[in-house]
Amino acid sequence: MRAAVISFPGSNCDLDAVHALNHLGFSAQRVWHAETDLPATDLVVLPGGFTYGDHLRTGAIAARSPVMTAVKAAAKAGVPVLGICNGFQVLTESGLLPGALLRNENLHFVCSTVSLEVASTGSVFTRSLAEGQHLALPVAHGDGRYYADDATLDRLEGEGRVAFRYAADDNPNGSLRDIAGITDATGNVLGMMPHPERAAEGVLGGTDGALMLSGLLEVLS
Amino acid sequence: MKFTATVHVSLKPSILDPQGRTIERSLHNLGHDTVRGVRTGKTFTVQLEGDRAEVERQLEAFAGDVLANPVIEDVTYELAETAG
Repeated sequence: MRAAVISFPGSNCDLDAVHALNHLGFSAQRVWHAETDLPATDLVVLPGGFTYGDHLRTGAIAARSPVMTAVKAAAKAGVPVLGICNGFQVLTESGLLPGALLRNENLHFVCSTVSLEVASTGSVFTRSLAEGQHLALPVAHGDGRYYADDATLDRLEGEGRVAFRYAADDNPNGSLRDIAGITDATGNVLGMMPHPERAAEGVLGGTDGALMLSGLLEVLS
Repeated sequence: MKFTATVHVSLKPSILDPQGRTIERSLHNLGHDTVRGVRTGKTFTVQLEGDRAEVERQLEAFAGDVLANPVIEDVTYELAETAG
């Protein structure tokens, strides 16, 4: 199963993502942001980091870089697109996902492991998981407060597009309705603040990320 | 013709601005007890060239979509002819 991990200037989890995906059985490669075409791939990953130094807004410049036209086309053609942390911010800025990610409510950069609850199994990313299942995944961000207007939040919940919530009392950033990850209307674009690739091997202190990514590999196979 | 645009971007009033809240608290600590409603924002200045209608069209296109994110921010701008 092929995966393309997009590297923007300031991405810093692209190598981690490639390593974790290859470790779990994907065949992953990096793709530079200036490319206008993607290689043939079964999965696109927008990794974490601080693209363009978070200038203007987090993810704003990366969302308007050449490769994103190809990423949008791939998403439209049904290729799953996974945005992690800064990748989630790029997805909202590019319009592939609704809402926005704002400065954490407590103004702290949070770097910890949080408990996530699987809120929906309606997408390829969560199909192998169970609704209500808890995953322990690392977060590391300063701008992770998910915001959308009430009508959008109601729609996301009504359509089963909230993939992950922070478990009770474990919301690290003030995200509305404890939202940690959402999908688009087709279910093949997922943005999430926590880092599954940082919990993909026991030696890294956790394997719940591997659970999710291996599940995705299985669903795609 | 040459123009200077001044673009003001601010969080929509309905959106929590924790930076503004922290600044307000700090001002209170400094004795400015009557200060209320501190909100943060950004100002951009942009030089543009062309006839006024074309410049306004361009500005309209990028101010509301690139300089500001319409999901979370409001934007206003002023356009002034640059002297010289």
